[in-house]
Formats: sequence, C-alpha cells, structure tokens
Amino acid sequence: MAITTQPAGIGAASGDGAQVASSIARLITDAPVPQPTLLKTFGAMMAREFRVLGRNAPSTFIRAVMQPLLFAFVFAYVLPKIGSGFGTAGAGAAASGLTFSTILVPGLMGSMFLMQGMFGTTMPLVMEFSWQRTIEDRALAPVPIRVLAIQKITAGAIQAFIGAAIVFPVVYFVHAPGQGPHIDVTSWFLLAAVMVFSSTLTASMGLWLGTVVDPRKMQMVFAVVLLPLTMLGCVYYPWSALHVIRWLQILVLINPMVYMTEGLRAALTPSIGHMPLWAIMLALVGGTAVFGYLGVRTFRNRVVN
Amino acid sequence: MTTATANTRNMTPPPEPPPTAAIRTENLRKTYKSSRGDVEAVRGIDLDIPQGEFFGLLGPNGAGKSTTIGMLTTLVHPTGGRAWVAGHDVTRKPVAVKRRIGVVTQNNTLDMQLTVAENLEFRSRFFGLSKAVAAKRAAQLIDAFGLGDRKNAMADQLSGGQARRLMIARALVHQPDVLFLDEPTAGLDPQTRVNLWDILQVLHAEGQTILLTTHYMEEAEALCDRIAVVDHGKILAEGSLDDLLADAGAETIVTVRYEEPVPDGLAELAELADRPGVTKVEADGDQLRVFSGDPEGLLGDLMNIGAANGLHVRDATQAKPSLETAFLALTGREYRE
Repeated sequence: MAITTQPAGIGAASGDGAQVASSIARLITDAPVPQPTLLKTFGAMMAREFRVLGRNAPSTFIRAVMQPLLFAFVFAYVLPKIGSGFGTAGAGAAASGLTFSTILVPGLMGSMFLMQGMFGTTMPLVMEFSWQRTIEDRALAPVPIRVLAIQKITAGAIQAFIGAAIVFPVVYFVHAPGQGPHIDVTSWFLLAAVMVFSSTLTASMGLWLGTVVDPRKMQMVFAVVLLPLTMLGCVYYPWSALHVIRWLQILVLINPMVYMTEGLRAALTPSIGHMPLWAIMLALVGGTAVFGYLGVRTFRNRVVN
Repeated sequence: MTTATANTRNMTPPPEPPPTAAIRTENLRKTYKSSRGDVEAVRGIDLDIPQGEFFGLLGPNGAGKSTTIGMLTTLVHPTGGRAWVAGHDVTRKPVAVKRRIGVVTQNNTLDMQLTVAENLEFRSRFFGLSKAVAAKRAAQLIDAFGLGDRKNAMADQLSGGQARRLMIARALVHQPDVLFLDEPTAGLDPQTRVNLWDILQVLHAEGQTILLTTHYMEEAEALCDRIAVVDHGKILAEGSLDDLLADAGAETIVTVRYEEPVPDGLAELAELADRPGVTKVEADGDQLRVFSGDPEGLLGDLMNIGAANGLHVRDATQAKPSLETAFLALTGREYRE
C-alpha cells in the first residue's frame, strides 16, 4: 500500500480561510493508513445493514409481523370459531385430526421466507440501481464486485430468517382454544439447516430478480412471481395432499417454495407426511447455488457496464 | 464478452508504466453495443498524468468524459486499450485500483439511509479502518468540510452543495492516491462552486493528484495544471492552458454576422489574411471570422468589407483568447455546454 505523505503547511492564506485551508490540508497530512481486508470490508458492510435495519426496526417489524398475525387470526381463530373447521380445505389435516394451524406454521414460515428474503434483497437493489445509481458507492469499496453481491444475499437471508422465526410466537399465541399448532421438533439441526438454506435461497432469488427485472416492472413481477409462488407453495396444504390432483402435484415441483414448506414440515410437524428429505435439501442447497450464481453474475454485469 | 477477447488477444503486453504515473492510458476505448447500432463513447484516449497533478478533462456533455472516468475507476469495462491507475491495471487489478482511488461521481450516490457522520464512518470501515479510527476520521472530515451542524442529518436532507462536500469528504476517507471528480460543480450555485474550488485548490497544494471532468471552461481554467479538451470520445488538444491557447493559435477572434450570407471568394478577405498578426480568415454562412494576435481595427475593416459587398451587419463580437476561443479554433464549432 503506497501512501505518500506530503509536506504540511499552506503558506499565504490568513483568517477564517486559513483555518479551513489548514484543516483540509490536515486531511492529507494527518490521515490514518487504511488496511482493508476482504473480511473487514464485508464485516463493515454487514454492520451498515444492521445499522439501517435497526433504524427502520419499527417498520421492519410491522412488515414482518402483519402477515403471520392476520393469517393466524383468520385461519386459527376466526374460521375455527365460525365452525367451518377447514375439514375440506385441509384434507390432510382433517384426515389425521390435526389442527389447521399445525399445517399453517410451516406454510406461513415458508411464505415469510419468500416475502422477507425477496423484499429484503430485491427492493433495496431496485432503489440502488435506479437513476442515481447509489450502488456505485458500495461498488467502489475495495472488494471484488461478487463479494458485494454475496453480501447482499447474506443481508437478505438474515432478514428472511428473522421474518420466518417471528411466525413461531405469533402462531403460538394467536389461535382459538384447542386450535394451537402441534409442533414437535424432531431435529434442531434439521430445522436450522432448512431455515438457513430457505433464507439463502429466497435471498438469492431476490438478488437475481432485482438485477434482471426492469425496476418499472417490479410491481408486475411481484404479482406474477410472488403470488403464484405463495398460493401454490403448499402453504395451506401439505404437498402429499395434492396427490388427488396429480398434474398439479408434479407442476408445483418447479416452485422453490414447496421445498421450504415441506422442509419445515419435516422438521416441525413430522406427523404430517412430507416429501423425502434428500429432495428437499437438494432443492434448497442446489437452488441457492443456481440462483446465487445467476444473481451474482447479473449483479456484476449491472454494476460494471 | 468482447472485452475479454480484446484483452487476451493483446499478445505482447506493453511495458508497465513508470511508478510515478498516477494515471496512464493507451488507446483506451469504449463502445456500447445496442440494438440500434454501436455507440463509440470513447475512441482511443491516451493520458499520462504524473503524481500531484491537477488534470482536467474538458468537453461538452456527451463527449465521453464520464465514460473515461468510469473506466479509470473500474466501473466501466474498456472495450479496447489499457489503463493503469496508481500503477495497477484497471481491468486486471480492479480491487488494487479501488483501494487507491477516491471517486466523486456526478450523481449523488450518498447512502440515503445513513446520516452524514455514518456515511463517512462506514466508508472508512469499508476501507479497513477500525470503528474507533473511523469515527475519528469522520469527525476530522466533518470539521474540515464545515458539515458540523449537519452531522446527524440524514444524507437525503442535505442541500446540493452540502451533499457535494460530503461526497468529496467521503472520497478522501482513505487518503486516496488519485481523486476523481466527475463534474463536481454541475448544478451548484456560483458561491458554492467557488467554495468547492477553494477546497480543491488546498488539496492540490498538499500534493493530492486530482482528475477532474468539467464542461465549464472557467473551471478548468481556474483549477487545472493541464487540460485535455475532449469531444466525441477523442482528445483534441492537451497541455497547460497557455500551451492550449498557443497551439490552437487562439488569438482574439473577431466575428461579424451579417443579415445576408457572405458570398464566396471576396477579394478583400485574401488581403485581410496577409495582414501581420492575422492567422486565419473564415467565411462561414452569414459570418466572417478573423483570428489575430493584433485585433486593432479588424472590426471596422470587417464592417467596411460587408458594406462594400452590400451586406448589412447584424451583430459583431470580439472574443479575447480563452479556452473558448481555443475550442472554436480546434473544432470549428462553438463550444456547447
């Protein structure tokens, strides 16, 4: 690192101007020597994300809690009270005598991963790539551009993880008497693995979408992507229950969300049938790799033109 | 894709530049591919800027200045030629380059979700300063740039001049070897602009290497040791202000515009061109233009020539030697800002 030190002193100026001049001059003569490393820069970028998240905590929290709260309220409180019972909607549940909230916990968490992971990654990107291109600020940090992209995925994944974790307390407290979820964590390791890779998968998808989609069409993309992924993501029914509509059961296999909700079912509510673990983990880890690769590539092409 | 092939095809890499050069480019090019045909934004630029120099790229909007800065700061991939900044190849060692440069982009790229102080602190930490040192550096910068009463304001609440000062402060956190300023005073009021000039002059006096782009002639005149006049992606002339004026034969330009088009081959014009001091006489549409080191009496003569040929004078101007007249002499075009 070649930092040259210049001789101090700014001659002829006087008065206020001289003071300003000498304090500007000191910026150069009296400067700390930077020693950037990849890890330090990455850490500082994450610290920046947490500072912003902390500052926006109230709005972040409200955004994260509204969906599970309303879902739990309607599906685990209002509908059981009304007495529709959901015997028909949750076929698998009715058959095994489970409450609908038991099916809903993994489903809700899955949809939170998607919402938070994609919002947490895509929306900031859209802003940063808009006409002022504030992304250039971070792009000038002394790390390869792909590190910046990976940092974006990490930040989005952390938001997704927190967003999904919020579902637990909400569903535990918001339900009609006797309608609480039956959660039975068979393996904390499995739960952690599913949650971590679900977070990275949605954040990677968010990075990719945020870099390939024209910002002006983002609204449309959310309608075309987010909605079908959620509605057909085995949120309200386990995948096995779809066997009665065989074509749909096969079609939804292209939906990454299915593997998140099914993975959570395997970890949280094993009493409900779920798809094989190897398929789940393959999809979550492989999906992260594929979307991560695509996202990092398009990100780099958008930043450096 | 074409970039990669262009670079790998470079069979005999040119010798590394001398370590004293802060910026060096060889035939640097950028062509943007588009469905409506390729756009050659930069068409072969050669620069050799020693350390400590205040260098200006002067040209109208769209001349290729920002693209050139983009390539030198690693954010735009060159499609031809090579460039070194602080001794490092911009395409092969972008991270090494980024460590040694400070960049003030034309657009406001402040982190709007952070305060003024946080913008400086986090930028310092991006460059590896510890939290405590970063806070100290931020305080020092805030003080020097007169942002003390705004330090806790969010970055999006700053005025244009404050934002620009903060961007320059932010570019200096890690004591860059080269400071890039892309149109730093565009859109600022005259007072704020002069304040910024003062700051830049102090930095320069302390030995900071600066590359500035501007489309304001008076800015390049006021600040730069050397100036490259750029238009349509090429350097038209390069040197100190005096060199440029001398090379361009930029004497006083006397222009008279008539109500009628000037007829071809006026005998009087040849006579005028032979007069001592006169270097060039041009008839251009409805105008007659004379370049001369000794403008005495030329205006009257041009009017007389017009009158003798039945032309009616619409207006007349006499421009002193300046970058503006140099640009006109170089390009044959009026300078468009």
